[in-house]
Amino acid sequence: MSVMEDVRTDDSAEQAGRAARRRRERIEAGLVTAGSSIAAVLIALALSALLLLVTGKSPGDVVSTMIEVATTSRFQYETVERAVPFIISAVAFAIAAKMNLFNIGVEGQYLFGMFWAAVAGAYVDLPAPLHVVFILLVAMVAGAFWAGIAGYLKVRLNVSEIISTIMLNAIALQLIDWMFNDFFRFDPGTGSLDVRTKPIPPSGWTPDFVDGRLNSYFLVAVAVCVAYHVLVNKSRFGFRLRASGFNPMAASTSGINSKKMVMVAMLISGAVAGLAGLQYLLGEAHSYGPARPSNYGFAGLSVALLGRNNPIGIILAGLLFGFLDASAGPLQLDDIPRSIVSVIQGITLFSVVIVNGIVSRWYTKLTTERAAARLTTEVAA
Amino acid sequence: MSETPAVELIDIEKRFPGVIANRDVNLLVRPQTIHAIIGENGAGKSTLMKTLYGMHIPEKGQVIVNGVEQSFSSPSDAIDAGIGMVHQHFMLADNFTVLENIILGAEPTNGLILDMKEARRRLDEIATTAGIDIDLDVFVSEMGVGQRQRVEILKVLYRGANILILDEPTAVLVPQEVDELFVNLRQLVSDGATVIFISHKLDEVLAVSDDITVIRKGTTVATVQPGDVSQSELGELMVGDALPSAEPRTTAIGETTRLEVDSVTVMNHGTSTSKPLVSNASLVVHSGEIVGVAGVEGNGQFELCQAILGLVDYSGTVRLDGQDVGSMPTRDRLETGLRYIPFDRHAEGLMLEAPLWENLLLTRDEEPRFGSRGFIKQANVRKATRETIAKFGVATPDEIVPAYALSGGNQQKLIVGRELDSNPRVLIAAHPTRGVDVGAQATIWHHLRDERDAGLAVLLITADLEELLALSDRVIVMFDGLVHAELDPARATPEILGVYMTGGRPGEAA
Repeated sequence: MSVMEDVRTDDSAEQAGRAARRRRERIEAGLVTAGSSIAAVLIALALSALLLLVTGKSPGDVVSTMIEVATTSRFQYETVERAVPFIISAVAFAIAAKMNLFNIGVEGQYLFGMFWAAVAGAYVDLPAPLHVVFILLVAMVAGAFWAGIAGYLKVRLNVSEIISTIMLNAIALQLIDWMFNDFFRFDPGTGSLDVRTKPIPPSGWTPDFVDGRLNSYFLVAVAVCVAYHVLVNKSRFGFRLRASGFNPMAASTSGINSKKMVMVAMLISGAVAGLAGLQYLLGEAHSYGPARPSNYGFAGLSVALLGRNNPIGIILAGLLFGFLDASAGPLQLDDIPRSIVSVIQGITLFSVVIVNGIVSRWYTKLTTERAAARLTTEVAA
Repeated sequence: MSETPAVELIDIEKRFPGVIANRDVNLLVRPQTIHAIIGENGAGKSTLMKTLYGMHIPEKGQVIVNGVEQSFSSPSDAIDAGIGMVHQHFMLADNFTVLENIILGAEPTNGLILDMKEARRRLDEIATTAGIDIDLDVFVSEMGVGQRQRVEILKVLYRGANILILDEPTAVLVPQEVDELFVNLRQLVSDGATVIFISHKLDEVLAVSDDITVIRKGTTVATVQPGDVSQSELGELMVGDALPSAEPRTTAIGETTRLEVDSVTVMNHGTSTSKPLVSNASLVVHSGEIVGVAGVEGNGQFELCQAILGLVDYSGTVRLDGQDVGSMPTRDRLETGLRYIPFDRHAEGLMLEAPLWENLLLTRDEEPRFGSRGFIKQANVRKATRETIAKFGVATPDEIVPAYALSGGNQQKLIVGRELDSNPRVLIAAHPTRGVDVGAQATIWHHLRDERDAGLAVLLITADLEELLALSDRVIVMFDGLVHAELDPARATPEILGVYMTGGRPGEAA
């Protein structure tokens, strides 16, 4: 039969041409993704400017203050430092999102991880690098445990992870409060009002990269992003994770155990979430207390959405949110309410969702049409 | 011809990404006739009918209904012009009664309150005129396929249609139900309706139509009347070539039992009625043998395959190469060389947003050449994908386009290629040629036969009875979850199969 012998042998020129086209299309796809996010951010900025005008403030002042923030090295470091927890928690969210799991519980998981890391780190004495590694591991295990509860509920009882993680966020807060107040409150014996857990000894601290400005913990964020990229895009596990997200039924038909995948994805997501709060712990406060930062988890959700679950995208989106946060202080000095930053962040998210929806529909149509057109010309040739 | 045509299409052109477009399509449907549109899968029949039903707008051409030129921008425009469509896949809510389904979206009201009495009165009237006998208070979930189709027809009539488009109405019916449908259609036409009947089955078209328009590669090539052509002439018009024929096998069936299903029962966990979906089914497939499974869809074929794959709980035994695989998860069963061409390629077989090479990898990521130490060797997967694309004639520019960019027939070829190229030992092939054109069907048949001759054991489930009889060495019929009969394909005909498929046995009074 002729069809059998019809195997086309590519000559090298044709192959090179195709490779070049693929490269072009990859770059194009990247530009489309980035472009739509940038467009969304610009729309958000325009809307925020409008809002400022309506409330009688000058958008020009805001822009000049922001330019100042962007060009001052002190604020540049601050931007990076503020971006670190956002990026880590965004990756935590994205890992689960790759298989269509919505881990709203990053918030509770990072607090849970941070608390137990603070406690364990304070009661253990190890040489410097090992001590840090030990604390990171404790945070990851604790975060994974907390996320694992939601995973287990989903696998065993088919409880929506959205509901259970929201509930677990509330439980985590109360549980930590109770643990802290009743068991792990440290009394230095000076009658100080500064309530916190027992401090971690200096061997468990992460040193500053630039003194007082940039903590070396940002390297953890970079490592998390690299690991995320390799795991999701290069490994077989990541492929199965994505396959389960693309089409759960097709994945299980091909023998991918969806329950196991749900469980593992939640565990990894929680482990990463556990790391989100540790810059504050290891680089700044060295103990857990009521002054600890909050909302990293929810900010991470926004950053993952803005960065489209892509490692580079997450880094850029995280830096943007970090930058906006870093601008809040200087803006206040200009008599512009710091809540404008939250408003810009909110509007950005909103326009990202809308613009992405429109652009991806358009791009799907474009690729389909182009494939069809190329077929027609290649058949004609 | 003095009368105004019911439908006239002039020089319709429709461009459509990924599938054959319509161009130079001309169609003239006389009122009160059954007009068949015949063409092979992918020839553009459905595209054409979607144009007429307002589901998309053609780039060029005129649509004239009852002498008035129309430009439909949505199906509701078409409904207003008196056109109704009975889709191939029924759109009925299972947990509603017939009456509720029919009035859904077109409810007669008394102010804010549903006027069920009025609805019932009108429906009774319509049903009587159309000669359709149906209980309006039965739940659709309790109805068979033929009855559901009648509900769909009533639904369309209820909305005032007098031009009915039926998209492959016989694809889901057994021969006896087809006869009943044709009686209904005749009745409708004598009451003043016009029927446009889409099909690719030559004998049916010749039996029922007044006029036949043949469509090939997107273009209408001829309009003929049944008395003027023979079946083979019509077939040649349709394909532009001779139809694929069954080549008798030259090799012997192997001795070893590759697949053994022994008293397998699959319970229905979804509902309280605990009637099993598969009850006590047993069958064997030897190496080098194709065992065909006939049956109306929904009689347990799907669940039987799910049990063999280990995707549902079952009692009884499934053996692959003599080994009981009861405790094995799906992945381990696939590892033994069990492969599956799924019933529904979109639901079970593909990741539409992912590139073709990832789709190839989906069922084969354990193959050593595609990965090492947990990492994927993308270059190797892509090379293998290119080879499969070439071997099975998948029409695609390359292996990195997303699967959604391919037409249904080409997606099917990719899936068949993916499974056949993976050194299968036992293949479950469900509707392997669904949606592909005749040329591709011949290719797939050829590859299936080649693999069979090389020792592959095939369990073939197909709704195409010609295909079933042409390929199978043995045929079993499933009805109501039971293996109802086992037949020798050399002595079976579609009619005999039809009797078994509806639960009867030839010789018994129907």
